[in-house]
Amino acid sequence: MAARKSTKKPNVSAQELTKFYREMLLIRRFEEKAGQLYGMGLIGGFCHLYIGQEAVVVGLEAAAEEGDKRITSYRDHGHMLACGMDPGGVMAELTGREGGLSKGKGGSMHMFSKEKHFYGGHGIVGAQVPLGAGLAFADKYKENGRVTFAYFGDGAANQGQIYETFNMAALWDLPVIFVIENNQYAMGTAQKRSTSTPDIYTRGEAFGIPGEAVDGMDVLAVKEASEKATAHCRAGKGPYILEVKTYRYRGHSMSDPAKYRTREEVQKMREERDAIEHVRHMLLDGKHATEDDLKAIDKEIKDIVNAAADFAKESPEPSLDELWTDIYA
Amino acid sequence: MATEILMPALSPTMEEGTLAKWLVKEGDTVSSGDIMAEIETDKATMEFEAVDEGIVGKILVAEGTEGVKVNTPIAILVEEGEEVGDVAPSAPADAGNEAAPAGGSEAPAAAPAAAAAPAAPQVDLTPDWPEGTAMKQQTVREALRDAMAEEMRGNEDVYLMGEEVAEYQGAYKVSQGLLDEFGSKRVIDTPITEHGFAGIAVGAAFGGLRPIVEFMTFNFAMQAIDQIINSAAKTLYMSGGQMGAPMVFRGPNGAAARVGAQHSQDYAAWYMQIPGLKVAMPYSASDAKGLLKSAIRDDNPVIFLENEILYGRSFDVPDLEDFTVPFGKARIWREGTDVTIVSFGIGMQYALEAADKLAEEGISAEVIDLRTLRPMDTPAIINSVMKTNRLVTVEEGWPQGSVGSYISSVVMQEAFDYLDAPVITCTGKDVPMPYAANLEKHALVTTDEVIAAVKQVTYR
Repeated sequence: MAARKSTKKPNVSAQELTKFYREMLLIRRFEEKAGQLYGMGLIGGFCHLYIGQEAVVVGLEAAAEEGDKRITSYRDHGHMLACGMDPGGVMAELTGREGGLSKGKGGSMHMFSKEKHFYGGHGIVGAQVPLGAGLAFADKYKENGRVTFAYFGDGAANQGQIYETFNMAALWDLPVIFVIENNQYAMGTAQKRSTSTPDIYTRGEAFGIPGEAVDGMDVLAVKEASEKATAHCRAGKGPYILEVKTYRYRGHSMSDPAKYRTREEVQKMREERDAIEHVRHMLLDGKHATEDDLKAIDKEIKDIVNAAADFAKESPEPSLDELWTDIYA
Repeated sequence: MATEILMPALSPTMEEGTLAKWLVKEGDTVSSGDIMAEIETDKATMEFEAVDEGIVGKILVAEGTEGVKVNTPIAILVEEGEEVGDVAPSAPADAGNEAAPAGGSEAPAAAPAAAAAPAAPQVDLTPDWPEGTAMKQQTVREALRDAMAEEMRGNEDVYLMGEEVAEYQGAYKVSQGLLDEFGSKRVIDTPITEHGFAGIAVGAAFGGLRPIVEFMTFNFAMQAIDQIINSAAKTLYMSGGQMGAPMVFRGPNGAAARVGAQHSQDYAAWYMQIPGLKVAMPYSASDAKGLLKSAIRDDNPVIFLENEILYGRSFDVPDLEDFTVPFGKARIWREGTDVTIVSFGIGMQYALEAADKLAEEGISAEVIDLRTLRPMDTPAIINSVMKTNRLVTVEEGWPQGSVGSYISSVVMQEAFDYLDAPVITCTGKDVPMPYAANLEKHALVTTDEVIAAVKQVTYR
């Protein structure tokens, strides 16, 4: 099956399209800044950037309602920004400062927000998937009509616990959307070298879970798919799988030289399929916005990101007392 | 304003690198994402992208230069019509040097170790129930079931999940009757997928429920140990206190009888090591009940280690409406003056038997049941050793990295001057559990070994 493309005349207002542009741009500029701060030694350890994949989380979130939950892996900055977490708090966590969302104790891979129903930020590949099904289990138990977005990559899709979870999620009709962000590389291993069948979403068939492939460079296609999946879950029909075909422009983490693919391959995706450029053209071609309008947005986003970076640099390191807090409730 | 482009750190450990190749030249226009240079680290050659748009005003470090320190300006980016001389000394470089949290540059604060070293530790000696409380005989199995039933009656968010817990009534009949009382929404049979259902339960705890996860035995929990430790135990810390996993992982632990190496392991020392977990390992029925009720109410993940052999053993249990036992409070089963024997779980059986026999020989042993291993009531141990000056620990687990070896180190650090003999740790033998009846008996710790250890430390 071909990946879902957005319908010819997409049901989207100029206002919503502008919102998507703004949200995707925020993620991209934020990540570029994070890369810069990493280069300056202000961010340590592992840092996995989301550049290229912005349309996935922004499209998915377009169908989310208040109280819906989300959980993902360690490539998590985009998800946090898309669900409304404060860019300053995220950036300050990256720099390991007191003002970070986890008070500097979690880092890039381990961030959470109870307020925004963001349940991490998990560093063990695949572990967030049963956790996400567990969040959905709690919602079903409480009969509150919420759904959970459990994101994982094409690499994690080969972990055994994913299939244990598929089985139980289907068995118990859990309201969880399994979002496979297929960026085609599990660290340095291309999907065809690691995965026996090309369409990961079909793996739900063995468990009776419907699924489909979605063009992840087209935010409107992702939004449509998200609307369908959330409606399915909210109707009590159990889990749904979306395999969102996307592409990461940067290395797996900051220290990845990315020699497993050609520069041309990356360049081609950037030039021909960039999700932000796509929306930019739709806005301009549809006369929903002028170049000046978009420039103003660019400036606004740049200011937000710069403010976040300043906050992250100025926030002090956590006090040494913090070493000993939050171990037990 | 012109900006300096600095030599980037491209890995967690990079301090300097080689500027292998410039892919832009002075006068080129770059925009965010364009590859500007190739930089060689000790591990790889990395591409370095522009993060801002502008014109390459000046290249400061020629290609091929080795040993370029991170944060050294390597080029200057200018805006249209700007001169290189307009460069603002970039704040980043300073910030990088000053504020980068350099590991190890600061002396760590004196670590508040597990326990300070008071001369006479404060020990809570209050009894578990008021004097004159009516008692009833109950098996450990019944006590555990009652604890779960009482807590499930009291809190709708508490539920039980595991293999065969519902319709089968529990592989060891611990959950007998719970399905009938609470229904299939709250007493849930899972497929045989420990890793998966442990993860689902941790997620449910994040989502506001209070799961009790039964492992048919803790041997099978090794399949789930990543979720127990990485997800359940560490999330409160990693989230800066925002969310954790209020839940209980329970089931039989340690050797049963004749089930061989893969079904006969004591995990007490393993879980006891993890900050963020609490660990209980009761011996008696009253402790099984009182501790399990406390565990279910606790806002932290609790490992609750039961024992198949003890399930059918009967003990007095106080007939109280809401009986709980606090964590971190040892129980003195028997007072004595010549030696302290510390144990927990089924090890108590050997400790108490040994004490009985030793009494016949005129040796007075004080027997302490730790009941919980994390938190551990080390003051109770120290206090007793200050009186008896001798210590023997008893457990079924393996010797290397045992619970006893930890206790031994605490006592040596905090009560060295009170010891009249080296501490002896009685443990299971350092072998996988054999199947043959005679070998199995030999592999476990025995009462005779405890007696011999006591005689050794009392020089009898």
